[in-house]
Amino acid sequence: MTAKYETVIGLEVHLQLETETKAFCGCSTEFGKPPNSHTCPVCLGFPGSLPVLNEKAFLYSIKVALALNCKIQDTIKFDRKNYYYPDLPKNFQISQFDMPLSYDGFVDPFSGSLDAKRVHIKRVHLEEDAGKLIHPAKESYSLVDFNRAGMPLLEIVTEPDINSPQEAYDYLTALKSILQYLRVSDCDMEKGSLRCDANISIRKAGEKELGVKVEVKNMNSFRWVREALSFEAKRQIALAEAGERIIQETRLWDAQKLVTLPMRSKEEAHDYRYFPEPDLVPFIVDKKIIDRIEKELPELPRERAGRFTRDYGLSEYDARVLTGQVDLADYFEKCANIYANRKTLTTWINGDIAAQMNARKVNIVGLGIEPKDLVELLKMIDGQSISGKMAKDVLLGMIDTKKSAGEIVSSKGLSQVSDKDKIEEAVKDVLAKNEKSVNDYKGGKKTAITFLIGQIMKQTKGKANPAVVNDVLKKHLGE
Amino acid sequence: MENLYSLTAHELKEKIDKFSLAPSSILDSLFERIASLDEKIKAFVSLNKRAASAIPENKAGKLYGIPILVKDNICVKGEATTCASRILEGFKPPYDATVIKKLKSEGAVLIGKANMDEFAFGSSCETSCYGPTRNPWDTDRIPGGSSGGSAAAVASDQTILALGSDTGGSIRQPASLCGVVGLKPTYGRVSRYGLIAFASSLDQIGPITKDVRDAALVMNVIAGYDEMDSTCVDMPVPDYTKSLVSDVKGLRVGVPKEYFIKGIDKEVEASVRAAIDILKDLGAEIVDITLPHTQYAVSTYYIVAPAEASSNLARFDGVQYGHRSRDSKDLIDMYIKTRSTGFGNEAKRRILLGTYCLSTGYYDAYYLKAQKVRTRIKEDFDSAFKLCDLIVTPTTPTPAFKIGEKTEDPLSMYLSDIFTISANLAGLPAISIPCGFSEESLPIGLHMLARPFGEETLFRAAYAFERRTDHHKRKPKL
Repeated sequence: MTAKYETVIGLEVHLQLETETKAFCGCSTEFGKPPNSHTCPVCLGFPGSLPVLNEKAFLYSIKVALALNCKIQDTIKFDRKNYYYPDLPKNFQISQFDMPLSYDGFVDPFSGSLDAKRVHIKRVHLEEDAGKLIHPAKESYSLVDFNRAGMPLLEIVTEPDINSPQEAYDYLTALKSILQYLRVSDCDMEKGSLRCDANISIRKAGEKELGVKVEVKNMNSFRWVREALSFEAKRQIALAEAGERIIQETRLWDAQKLVTLPMRSKEEAHDYRYFPEPDLVPFIVDKKIIDRIEKELPELPRERAGRFTRDYGLSEYDARVLTGQVDLADYFEKCANIYANRKTLTTWINGDIAAQMNARKVNIVGLGIEPKDLVELLKMIDGQSISGKMAKDVLLGMIDTKKSAGEIVSSKGLSQVSDKDKIEEAVKDVLAKNEKSVNDYKGGKKTAITFLIGQIMKQTKGKANPAVVNDVLKKHLGE
Repeated sequence: MENLYSLTAHELKEKIDKFSLAPSSILDSLFERIASLDEKIKAFVSLNKRAASAIPENKAGKLYGIPILVKDNICVKGEATTCASRILEGFKPPYDATVIKKLKSEGAVLIGKANMDEFAFGSSCETSCYGPTRNPWDTDRIPGGSSGGSAAAVASDQTILALGSDTGGSIRQPASLCGVVGLKPTYGRVSRYGLIAFASSLDQIGPITKDVRDAALVMNVIAGYDEMDSTCVDMPVPDYTKSLVSDVKGLRVGVPKEYFIKGIDKEVEASVRAAIDILKDLGAEIVDITLPHTQYAVSTYYIVAPAEASSNLARFDGVQYGHRSRDSKDLIDMYIKTRSTGFGNEAKRRILLGTYCLSTGYYDAYYLKAQKVRTRIKEDFDSAFKLCDLIVTPTTPTPAFKIGEKTEDPLSMYLSDIFTISANLAGLPAISIPCGFSEESLPIGLHMLARPFGEETLFRAAYAFERRTDHHKRKPKL
């Protein structure tokens, strides 16, 4: 079925820029404050108030645009997008219409260790966010919180050159990674600082013309974007197969039912009546500023992954996983500077550490383990003072108690016994108590050794170094 | 003793500075005058009775103790500011407009808010939700608009100074029809922060005063850069009183042939021609100029201004402040009822007009085209100002018309701004000063335009003319 059809997807990402103040006034952008506490006549759209562009929001926008390989518009102007909604204080949004501040860029995502297809960026423009409506349960009124109104919002729009839900997922992952490297936003979808809408259509394979597009909204994780697009592609193909018409509409992803549903409210064809915002004067961007921002761009994930494979001898896959999150990559490098065994380091960070981050839904900073503390733990394994298995428990202890590896090992008496004399003692004891197994072994039943090792480990409370146990035991068994 | 209310700001300032005149006695004199007169004129929409207790401390202030009346579309913290519209019923701004901050810090005393056409949409003050203001020279006539309340109050000595706003002539036209001085500054010279926007790219706040010196005094206070207004220009403000020299020798005064058109009132034409002769007599050089795109100014204006207005006025929806219709069944119903009952007919007309001009399919033909013509109009002036330093025209085609005379004919009403609109489209400074009277004793105004930021040229010429004449001294019989 899918071979017959091609899916065409374009994505629109809205990114809240992490400036201290709003896009056009001096109000704080702090999240989670009491409703309407971060407002002023400007962001409330009071009569007579006027917008003044936040320079930092503009510079952040340029930074993003350059990192996405976009061209920068010579003259920057803003437009008014007119529509009525109670969360929009002026009943128009200051946005950019025919001259977005940047255009024609691209992102090169990965898919695992493979390069995915390049996604072209159509435009990146700066606008203001709206407030938030609150609908108290069982009440006939709605409330509005304007704290979010006027927050700087960057809209990043791709060309319709994404051809599968997985490609969409890979693009979003790559985009988020870049944005986090730029440190312009926390990209937190749960807080709404990164939002994604998708346009999706299907067409018969080989056809040039685009099909009827459906806009899908309300997907608050990249996983849901992928799921929603899969569902929507299948739905559209099924309609086409059944000879039914696909209608142009906006559909909402229902994460409970795992389906897209038509938006209930009547979405009439809007005429936004865009026109140039007369309260903001168009201005020309100084090339020197753009050059400076370009020079100051940090090393981005793709370059960093390349460097990790070269400098640390990591596999491409490991390097990409590590560099996918800027904090994780920084963490790796801090550890790598004081610890030479990069293979072990990578295995631990991409393994147990990553598992704990996922389980606890925190990033590496939230996990609270200093690089030097992780390195201490890894060095204990290397020095055989604890086993790899013990180290896993110690790591949990470190996360839970914020104590160092050394402290946990000594407080729990965990340190591994590699002392041959002590092990010898245990081996003799176990062999004396288990004559039958010894005889079985000597009689040719080699698996009996497993039982004996188990007994020795039990006697040493698991602290014995397995390698030493093995050596000593075999010696005693006469091999 | 002369009545304090009848004096100018500079005369009062001298009394305060040199003879320790108490500002409260000026207020007493004015409030008495207002109490006896405003029933008849209706220039005020609100009176600040607490003004006497709010006289600023700053005795060194440039306008210390001088009463000023503010047009009702300029925000004053805590004072009802309604734009003479029902839709802003009960709205008290939580902040002062920048010009108000500046006036307060220089010691000016805010005595109240002046009537106006609703949202400044009009040329007669008849579209106010409070009813029309009357012309002090003939109370059956309109005072002009939209700053009609400000002009009528100055003309009838109910205030010493007034602020107006001018989008297409709203300061100069009522100043002309009421026989007072009105200045529209260069776009960007005075901050618009706190001026409730009509058409953002055209609006400017300016003074309406009894004479030219007073206008210069007000400009010395209100002009200048404001970081709250991105369209405000960061240029030093000269001391405008330094331009008040009675000397126009060598000044090249341009007279555009397109402005003395058929339909212009004979008495107006005669007065303005006489005024031009006086300027010549004072040493100015008279130059014939042409402004060929003038004929398109009114149509251009009536696309650009309503387009911007339709968007600026979208915020009046009953959600946050002002009037809200009750008993709405849903959101859309609330919007419709609120706006239908809150706005008057002229506001609705302009919102419809502007919305139409910006709509997909019409934008290019109207808004975009109008912007192109606007550029041509500006270029006309650029060329003209290569030949002259000042352009002189009538302010209005006729003296004040009767109340109700043009309310049924919006187009003829729109044409009363025909001479003033171009200055807004081109962003130029322009002044109207009294230059004569009709046989019926109705004032006639002389309109002068200068290059951008050429306010000093306007003051120089206006002052020289005023010194030579006494039209500004004539007072209406009330």
